[in-house]
Amino acid sequence: MFFFMRKRPAFKGGVHPDDRKQATSGLPIEPLPLPARLYLPVQQHIGAAARPVVTAGDTVLKGQMIARGDGAVSAAVHAPTSGRILAVEPHPAPHPSGLPVETIVIEPDGEDRRQEEPDPEHALNLEPEIIAQRVAEAGVVGMGGATFPAAIKLNLGSRHHIDTLIINGSECEPYLTCDDRLMRERTDEVVDGIRIIRHALGARRALVVVEDNKPEALAALQARLYEMDTIEAMAVPTRYPMGSEKHMIKAVTGREIPAGKLGADIGVIVHNVGTAYAVHRAVRMRRPLISRIVTVGGGAVQRPANLEVLLGTRVEDLLAHCGGTRQPPARLLMGGPMMGQVMPHAQVPIIKGSNGIIALTAEEINIGETMPCIRCGRCVAACPCGLMPLEMAARIRKEDMDGAVDYGLMDCVACGSCSYVCPSHIPLVQFFHHAKGVLGARREQQRRQEEIKRLAQQRRERQEAEARAKAEAAERRKAEREAAKRKADEAKAARAAKAAAAKETPKTPAADEAKA
Amino acid sequence: MTQTTPVSGPHTHAPGSVAWNMGWVTLALLPATAFGVYLFGWPALNLLLITILAAVLFEALSLRIAGRPVSPFLMDGSAIVTGLLLALTLPPWAPWWIGVLGAAFAIIVGKHVFGGLGQNLFNPAMLARVALLVSFPLEMTTWITPSPLFSAGAPGFLEGLAITFGLTAVPDAVTGATVLGETQTGFSRDLGLSETLPGVYAPLQQALGFVPSSLGEGSALLLLAGGLLLMARRIITWDIPVAMLGTLVILSTVFMLIDPERYAGPGLHLFSGAAMLVAFFIVTDPVTSPSTVGGRLLFGAGCGLLIYVIRTWGGYPEGAAFAVILMNALTPLIDHYLRPRTYGRTRRGKPLPMKSPEATAPAQEKRP
Repeated sequence: MFFFMRKRPAFKGGVHPDDRKQATSGLPIEPLPLPARLYLPVQQHIGAAARPVVTAGDTVLKGQMIARGDGAVSAAVHAPTSGRILAVEPHPAPHPSGLPVETIVIEPDGEDRRQEEPDPEHALNLEPEIIAQRVAEAGVVGMGGATFPAAIKLNLGSRHHIDTLIINGSECEPYLTCDDRLMRERTDEVVDGIRIIRHALGARRALVVVEDNKPEALAALQARLYEMDTIEAMAVPTRYPMGSEKHMIKAVTGREIPAGKLGADIGVIVHNVGTAYAVHRAVRMRRPLISRIVTVGGGAVQRPANLEVLLGTRVEDLLAHCGGTRQPPARLLMGGPMMGQVMPHAQVPIIKGSNGIIALTAEEINIGETMPCIRCGRCVAACPCGLMPLEMAARIRKEDMDGAVDYGLMDCVACGSCSYVCPSHIPLVQFFHHAKGVLGARREQQRRQEEIKRLAQQRRERQEAEARAKAEAAERRKAEREAAKRKADEAKAARAAKAAAAKETPKTPAADEAKA
Repeated sequence: MTQTTPVSGPHTHAPGSVAWNMGWVTLALLPATAFGVYLFGWPALNLLLITILAAVLFEALSLRIAGRPVSPFLMDGSAIVTGLLLALTLPPWAPWWIGVLGAAFAIIVGKHVFGGLGQNLFNPAMLARVALLVSFPLEMTTWITPSPLFSAGAPGFLEGLAITFGLTAVPDAVTGATVLGETQTGFSRDLGLSETLPGVYAPLQQALGFVPSSLGEGSALLLLAGGLLLMARRIITWDIPVAMLGTLVILSTVFMLIDPERYAGPGLHLFSGAAMLVAFFIVTDPVTSPSTVGGRLLFGAGCGLLIYVIRTWGGYPEGAAFAVILMNALTPLIDHYLRPRTYGRTRRGKPLPMKSPEATAPAQEKRP
């Protein structure tokens, strides 16, 4: 037992939404049959988009890299199965806007031929840099939905002193059970992945944090961990947003990340259980990230399920496999209902960060009529960041963005706890997104203005320099001219003197010329 | 097939709404209201109904004048709660126009002049009560000794109507004074508490409410039960009632120990003069109380302090309404200065200092 575990792990604020996990928590992971087409966006992660290395008409093998990571923060994309590249073209992205992004379209050949892959090896002898490199090559990103390239976080051990690795198995979003099933069914792989990450970071201890509404997953993990292991599985109270990095660190270690810093700055790194599994696959098995587990749920789905899905499979294929929808969903979400995003339609693909496809009915959403704020302060009590959402929203409503920033807008993690509890059904998070957008645009405009000012300043300086140079040149020329004139005058005077001396001599043409 | 306009999460919501909260408040007030009606008979029921009806009508009128949608705001139940709370603080046999005037003042001046639901600075019911008390001191202090419905001597339905509409004067024989009024009168005649209290103050009777009082403040125990119900349902929070009643108990205990002849004990303070009604139903009004726990504790303690000061040393025997109004005025100030501490920052808003130097990095790396 660690010293900090005497207290019940908790953070301030938070909410307790009905978890609604019963529909799928008991269902084993089932593989989704090979779909007719796969749509792989080159941007499935935070950072720069990957660059396609295939063109239409190429044939690819399962696990072959089809887009290469571009720059320091990026992630490669691999072919989830063997087949032919149909096109590399824009296709609607799994984003509320539904705007198209560059997408590699694969037609599977059904043979699922894989590349020659090396045998599994003992990963704990490897240098941390090699582990990070393999994870980068496999295109692994944060699988909890944040999709930050995992290799970068694995390399932090060399720059920071990391004493604690936290593996996030809290799965605090309602409906989602993909991490729960992963921990239960693939416990050994997850634990191996945790050992590899802990080794890469050089962390003294590792904690697998599971909310207490998943006792089976916790028991499965604890059964696999040795008594003297440096990995410990611990239960935390079910409370949203336990899965938020800041709040999980606070709850289990008691440490608080200072504003503007990262977990690594206080010696803690958080990875998701899905990431641990992907790291195991990437490092131990040398398998790239080509599939993930997705919970299909929500009241509008006929047959909820936990599916193992190839990346690039379209949402409609998942829904069709689950017997379609009972009724047209009021909202189709990718991710959980607290922070998930509304999908414009079901023709968008599953990407690396898609942990759930949730089709909600209107009753589940419980949209109420928006009433004026009655200042009840429930949002203040619910805010895990210690903010006053009602005051921020009141200022944003008056377009007083600076006032909202003064009330801590930039410390908001958009977890949605405030909107969830608001009895007046005010869409507070939407206000905050709007304000952050306006502030971002303002910053961009300011940056541009400064750039314009800088360029104008440069131009003015250049012009001044030119003018100065011109003036100097003119001065010089004038001086030269004057010098020449003086010389000429002197010459004239000399000639005149000469002429005076030869007064009696008759006029010559040369004397006339000098006079002119 | 689904909506295309981007909406941000959360895509689910806790049960409850403004109307839901108001419904629970009304429900929690019902036992005490029913008891008041039972205790003071038909005139009390008439006054109650007139006041609530007037509040709803003035609400509709104000909404119409303001050009706002009438039905959603009427359905939120806030006007009903305001009318109900106002009626509960009125003398039970007050004439009809007291109820109507009070409701008009509460809804129009107390609420809609400020901008309607959520915008008012002062608790509308308390504002109206203070206005009435200052303008019509006689009507507002004509207390009635309890004459339960259908008991001998209680007015019948028609007599009740006659009393409410001022056709017959309230007979002197049935009027009485509240215990706080009696003690103040006693002090003015240099009588100590040991001389005034016997006969007007019996703790059990006082707690149960069989005493002269306003329409709904009598039964401290039923009000307490209603307040606990609201707390259990998480409609109100514990902080304000605890701070207010706690301050009242501490102050009255301390002063009672100093001079029991001059200062009444905590029992009398808790169970008389609307202390319970105010603690659980008035100061917990979300609009006019601070929105942080610290702020609410300060607010509640301030209310308790002011109630005690006004009752003990002020000109009015009953100080709750004035105390609430004064503290309401301080709420914006409290909310401005008592903010919660933000995650990762000090109370002053600066980033937390880095704690363990061994945990900091040799070279800082910013994640893009």
